[in-house]
Amino acid sequence: MRIACPHCGERSLDEFLYSGDATVRRPDFASPTAMDEFIAYTFERTNPAGPHRELWYHAAGCHAWLVVTRNVATHAISSVEPARDVALAGKPETKDGA
Amino acid sequence: MATADRRGNGRQPNRLETGGLIDRSLTLHFTFDGKTYVGHPGDTLASALLANGVRLTGRSFKYHRPRGILSAGSEEPNALVELRAGARREPNTKATVAELFDGLAAASQNRWPSLAFDLMSVNSLLSPIFVAGFYYKTFMWPAALWEKLYEPLIRRAAGLGRASDDSDPDTYEKATAFADVLVIGAGPTGLAAAQAAARTSARVILVDENAALGGRAIDDVAEIGGNPSHEWVKIVEAELDRNPEVRVLRRTTAFGCYDGSTYGAVERVSDHLARPGPGVPRQRLWRLVAKQVVLATGATERPLVFGNNDRPGVMLAGAVRTYINRFGVVPGRRVVVFTNNDYGATTVTDLTNAGAEVVALVDSRPQPTAEVQRLADTTGVRLISGVVTGALGRQTVSGARIRAHGGDTVELTCDLIAVSGGWNPNIQLTTHLGGRPVWDDRLCAFLPGALPPRMSVAGAAAGDLILDKSLAGGIAAGSAAATESGHKAVAVPVPASTAESDAITPLWRVAEPDGKAFVDQQNDVTAKDIELAEREGFRAVEHLKRYTTLGMATDQGRTANVNALAIMAEITGRSIPETGCTVARPPYTPVALGALAGHHRAKSFKPTRLPPSYRWAKEQGAVFVETGLWLRPSYFPRPGERDWLETVSREVTTVRNAVGICDVSTLGKVDIQGPDAATFLDRIYMNGLKTLAVGKARYGGMLREDGILMDDGTVARFGESHYFITTTTANAVKVVQHMEYCAQWLWPELDVQIVSATEQWAQYAVAGPKSRALLQKVVDPTFDISDAGFPYLGIGEITVGGIKARLFRLSFSGERAYEIGVPARYGDALIRRLMEAGAEFGVCAYGTEALGVMRIEKGHISGPELNGTTTPRDVGLGGMVSTKKDFVGHVLGKRPGLVDPDRPALIGFRPVDRSARLRSGAHFIARNATPTAENDEGYMTSVAYSPSNGHWIGLGLLKRGPERIGEIVRAVDPVRGADTLVEVVSPVFVDPEGGRVRG
Ligand SMILES: [Zn+2]
Repeated sequence: MRIACPHCGERSLDEFLYSGDATVRRPDFASPTAMDEFIAYTFERTNPAGPHRELWYHAAGCHAWLVVTRNVATHAISSVEPARDVALAGKPETKDGA
Repeated sequence: MATADRRGNGRQPNRLETGGLIDRSLTLHFTFDGKTYVGHPGDTLASALLANGVRLTGRSFKYHRPRGILSAGSEEPNALVELRAGARREPNTKATVAELFDGLAAASQNRWPSLAFDLMSVNSLLSPIFVAGFYYKTFMWPAALWEKLYEPLIRRAAGLGRASDDSDPDTYEKATAFADVLVIGAGPTGLAAAQAAARTSARVILVDENAALGGRAIDDVAEIGGNPSHEWVKIVEAELDRNPEVRVLRRTTAFGCYDGSTYGAVERVSDHLARPGPGVPRQRLWRLVAKQVVLATGATERPLVFGNNDRPGVMLAGAVRTYINRFGVVPGRRVVVFTNNDYGATTVTDLTNAGAEVVALVDSRPQPTAEVQRLADTTGVRLISGVVTGALGRQTVSGARIRAHGGDTVELTCDLIAVSGGWNPNIQLTTHLGGRPVWDDRLCAFLPGALPPRMSVAGAAAGDLILDKSLAGGIAAGSAAATESGHKAVAVPVPASTAESDAITPLWRVAEPDGKAFVDQQNDVTAKDIELAEREGFRAVEHLKRYTTLGMATDQGRTANVNALAIMAEITGRSIPETGCTVARPPYTPVALGALAGHHRAKSFKPTRLPPSYRWAKEQGAVFVETGLWLRPSYFPRPGERDWLETVSREVTTVRNAVGICDVSTLGKVDIQGPDAATFLDRIYMNGLKTLAVGKARYGGMLREDGILMDDGTVARFGESHYFITTTTANAVKVVQHMEYCAQWLWPELDVQIVSATEQWAQYAVAGPKSRALLQKVVDPTFDISDAGFPYLGIGEITVGGIKARLFRLSFSGERAYEIGVPARYGDALIRRLMEAGAEFGVCAYGTEALGVMRIEKGHISGPELNGTTTPRDVGLGGMVSTKKDFVGHVLGKRPGLVDPDRPALIGFRPVDRSARLRSGAHFIARNATPTAENDEGYMTSVAYSPSNGHWIGLGLLKRGPERIGEIVRAVDPVRGADTLVEVVSPVFVDPEGGRVRG
């Protein structure tokens, strides 16, 4: 598999580390239901057979965290964005990655 | 090799006087089963054996039937041999692809005591026990007998060669290459495709598994573009070799298709030599990345299934043509050609031209086609509409029993039966990413279905078996791939070529065969085995394969799978597509583990990192230890010291009484800057950092989001917005990754920059009561390092001999101590300067062992306690955890299971019998309880012999440990058979008041 890092260009899979679901957002620690929210955020995952938004880290490259949209059934990658941009864009994304 | 045999050229009874691509001016000597033969450059072991009249090359896997050479390529199921000797001995090499070199030593496999007289062929008489499902049924016999009786027996009987026990003396390497167009296969299609693509100036890589390019253009007699096809190959090859944008990889098999248009290929750089030249690898593993790929892998001929069709002397018709045309070898003198298609029938012409007598052309089709009729007319060969029911002869073919369609049976004397059951396109690489092949009724073969992205298929692999269509398809695919990859199209005309016919009528098996009719020759699976599998309910292809082991040998059933599927379809009355299809997984052909490992073996398996004082420590005779990738001094023995314990104890005592120096450069170091650095670190660490003043350092711990301790270290503040932190050696990389994650993904609004500085700084701990006195001599005098000017936990930028440096007053040992850091390139100079300055104070260097002893004596946690299961509270750091701020791990760290007061918590231990030794890993059991898992109360994490206490001490996690000081428990170590009474004590064994660090 090859990932087109927005900073470095298309690079081989072995330069990257996978870090899971990019559709979950860290809850507010002061929320009255913080415990339940953090449990869901940390442990509960859907397992979609199709497009998935996920975090990758360009470990052997520029050290950027990336949000990669990848079809987990075919490994086809439809977008790669800097995670910082996605996070700053702000609006929490829904679980199905819309 | 016996020198007596090395004289002269020897006679090669089956070698033609002229023709083929071999060099008759040079003679190569080789041995097979100890006997010497000769061949020529350009030969394979198989062609040379055939030239010498050797037909019996091995015994079969289960029944030990005599076997010969079936094919001329990598699909060979039978002629597997052991090559070379000693450490280079390799089993299961196909004689059909092993290139001949002078001195090659080959041996047959699966024969005992000799090839011609094989005691195990008695298995043929016992064949009822070796039927399909044999392995599965065997497992149902009494299990107790398996290990002692069945397994050794089966292994003896069924061994597939012997690997060498010595380590591989050769080297292997890995390489990556990029192409606009990758062409796999250099037959007529691939050559045409590569030529068309290269003319657009695209970057082209052409790979072919053979030493010689050309495929069927050198195996068959044909004309292309007005030249003999082998001359056309030379012309195209020269054009490609001249083009600097083209890389031709010969002897290279593309074995796998992976995501991202990436292909794995193995180049057999030196397999055709007695040994690799100096600095040259045996094989090279390629990762090929291409914008577009043209698959031109050709097709593999199917055998026909009839009685004793495995006898040496039964050979694929295409292989017969290859041996004649490429190698100048005629594999038989009296030949029966047995075919169900027009292409196979053309073998008659090649045989006749080579001087062999074709005694019959047996065509299984009810009516011979016009093509076959014309062939019979021009050659005068006897044409029989019918089938060969059985090969005759015990060791090799001596005749053929033929049944004409009218029912008449005739036996003809012959020494070779050339068979053609049609062609299977080599579409394995199209299925590696999940593509399903599609059945084609006209060709009676599977064609590629959905293709991997950016791949096209041309020529025989796409079902275009005829030369003219192959060339046109290759040019079209090569041009299209080049334009797709961004190059301007260049028109390439399709050269004229010999007219051909690919008409076929299927014949999957001969009814009522005379003798065993084999489908998979490598795994000894017969047509009857398939019937049995069907009767026992194993009808699905995947069940059939596992039940009969069909297609599961090293050839992956390339000559067997489709015949088997078709026979199953025939038995069950279903169509072939209804019965299933065969998909392949990588690798297409076996790949040596050595090639996959490349240079990553022995010491080069992973990089070795050397700390800045390495050279100096080596001079001192230090004993080193691997910690992660680092090679760190473990201890520094001195003459007269009896063992490591004496050395380590001396190092500890020196630090506690004078001064010692330890290289701590391997600790992770991270530089963090930015207006929001303070806020950022406050969210990373569990303890408050906002109150950390400039010029000060503080101990800190960080958690994972699930509340478990991740790492610990120090945080030093060099400026309002400038921090420098250390991590444990093991987690240096992980912590940076975690911080980047937090900065980029969790809190992108914070203005903070993070950079690893582990390699930039050489850092030494200078520890002991005399440490300041020593440093006073080293640090430039303008800097005040008195206790007033530089108190405990003070930090500052200093200079050493004018070099910028950093000083930290930190202590891991519990003594007055400093860490001094200089740019890494001065590390060697600094260790020498420190040791020189310390001589008057009795300084010593100490290694990781003494470091560990002293931290255990002080109850500090390290790797064994930071083990991915412990919370801050578990290791006595509960009081540090902030309750006010948000930080990673805050919320989940409060989960009930993690704050349970019954959790094992860190405490100290000493043996009741002070002379007893402690062992880490021992489990704690109450004094009067039985040592069972239910009574387990925790375990010892770290132990050391404490020179300061004069006995062994330990740290461990004990249920409610801190509440149990004074209690005596058992430390039970069933693995090492120890059961020691230990007393629960404070985890701080030295200077419990902590006065020494402040001086
Ligand atoms: Zn990058």
